Amino acid sequence: MIEVKNLHKTFMNGQVETSVLKGIDFKIEEGEFIAIMGRSGAGKSTFMYQISLLDEPTRGEIIIDGINTHTMTTEQKTSFRLARLGYVFQDYALIPELTALENVALPLLMQDIPHKKAMSIAQNALKTVGLGTHTNQLPSQLSGGEQQRVSISRAISHNPDILFADEPTANLDNESSRTIMEIFKELHKQGQTIIMVTHEEEFGKMAEKTVTLNDGRIVGVKKN
Amino acid sequence: MFSPLNFRIGFFLAVRQLRRSSVWTNSLIIFVMVLTFLNLVIVSGILVGLIQGAIEAVRAQYTSDVIVSNLNTKTYIEYSPDIIRTIQSLPHVEAMTARYMNGSTIEANYKSRTDPDEKPNTAGTQIVGIDPRAEDAVTGLSQWIVEGEYLEPGDYDQILLGSYLLKKYVPVDSPGFSALDNVGPGTKVRIKTGDVEREVTVKGILKTKVDEVSFRAYMVDTQLRGMIGRNDFNVDEIAIKLKEGADPIVVRDTLLRNGVGKFAKVQSSADAQPKFIKDIRDTFALLGNMISSIGLVVASITIFIVIFINALTRRKFIGILKGIGISGHAIEISYVMQSIFYAFIGSAIGFVLLYAFLQPFIARHPIDFPFSDGILVAPLSGTLLRISLLVVATIIAGYIPARMIVRKNTLDSILGRK
Repeated sequence: MIEVKNLHKTFMNGQVETSVLKGIDFKIEEGEFIAIMGRSGAGKSTFMYQISLLDEPTRGEIIIDGINTHTMTTEQKTSFRLARLGYVFQDYALIPELTALENVALPLLMQDIPHKKAMSIAQNALKTVGLGTHTNQLPSQLSGGEQQRVSISRAISHNPDILFADEPTANLDNESSRTIMEIFKELHKQGQTIIMVTHEEEFGKMAEKTVTLNDGRIVGVKKN
Repeated sequence: MFSPLNFRIGFFLAVRQLRRSSVWTNSLIIFVMVLTFLNLVIVSGILVGLIQGAIEAVRAQYTSDVIVSNLNTKTYIEYSPDIIRTIQSLPHVEAMTARYMNGSTIEANYKSRTDPDEKPNTAGTQIVGIDPRAEDAVTGLSQWIVEGEYLEPGDYDQILLGSYLLKKYVPVDSPGFSALDNVGPGTKVRIKTGDVEREVTVKGILKTKVDEVSFRAYMVDTQLRGMIGRNDFNVDEIAIKLKEGADPIVVRDTLLRNGVGKFAKVQSSADAQPKFIKDIRDTFALLGNMISSIGLVVASITIFIVIFINALTRRKFIGILKGIGISGHAIEISYVMQSIFYAFIGSAIGFVLLYAFLQPFIARHPIDFPFSDGILVAPLSGTLLRISLLVVATIIAGYIPARMIVRKNTLDSILGRK
């Protein structure tokens, strides 16, 4: 499903060049639940940003379902992300002026789904994560765990091919973190491909496979 | 970019952002837009109104709607009685006043002058013979009396003086200009017109901002006619007041068709405006537009800054929107729609303030400029043009900062990287 070939990412800080990813080759199959782990600065988030098309690699290729993303324009990448990818960010990344329902419905509306239908799908997505009664609340009126569940609803409402999660439990208490991970496990059971970055070993082990990065390279792949 | 979908999403985002953002912030931006709108309309409106007020005053107090005056080659209007009869037969005419005029000198303080070498206290003027009631019906002359009383038809050896003939009203001592000192109602003055000299009593003082009225002296027509020997009843000016809604151009043309033009100059009040007045009005309109343009630029910069700060502080969310697949164009449209909202609401409030309050208020209480009672000239077409300009400027000023922020790298925006 995702094939990564010789992936490099280098950042320039003035005259100083910092190489974060140093030639990664990797394959992710459909339906896999992968946890990308590693120490701080290992390059795990940077790796996820490249394969989720939020950033441009310096060198190398990312092929998703046979499409070489390198050839895509910015607009095409945006459309691709909208149609086929879902994102859960560490800090929930909800739009503060939109209610929970509107946050979830927005990507659906952008896909030209009629307003009523989009709202209905969003409502169901919120029910899936146990927030069916919080639809009209603004993000500021929700707890961290609830916001993250809204974020997951938004990411899955349009049935993406791949769900990316960047440290989804980092800002949550233990109980909320477990709830989020249970949701991911459930989604995985239903066949959802999930790629999650985490530094918490306990949650990494809940994935099907753990990929460990160190100094910009994959140093281990383990089935859990 | 301008796909219906992008508009729908832009609208969806804009409405929610406006509805759920701070009421105070929105109120402040709208307040700035109201002030900008008023600045756009009022500055030029007052500048033009300053001259328009003077023009209106000349029409109301001197020329009225149509004025008939002597040809340049004649000293008076020949066949005046016939012309007056023609005017009176027109259905549009509400009232008319015929004026006899002659250049004259008025001398005051001649009784207290002891030294024969002392310069006499004189003032040159046009003395105007009027039927007091007819003149009052056309120009409302009696309402401008500031001292003493207005003339009555039977008054004998009584005179009204315009305030510009008196030193206490025009304390200017410039070369070539002399005014009468110590003169008020009851004062005896000597008038000399042609070869005739007569002592008369000042009955009242007139004061208006219309030079043609305030620089003149008035007496009853029968008396002046006798003094200047105008026994043929030929007059120098006829001011015609028309009925409500009558068109001065129609009346002017009717008189010309009836042959009045052979013996007199027939002009509407607009025709009689001196060219320099028209030039000044156009100059002030231009100045007003220039000042308004600066206001428009200031408004554009204000909206630019507001939208830029708004977009900058929301850069992370703009990044997230792009990250989850929302089109950058839809986000830009949402900011443009917010700008349009501010411009429309600001203009609408300004519009209501202008036409429901300011314009009627200034019409009732004109601004007391030294040479005119200024009104606020704000024709609807000009106001709508200015609203359009404001909206266009606002769209541009809202789009540019939104575009600047939306164009930034998506991940950099999400992570807050520079």
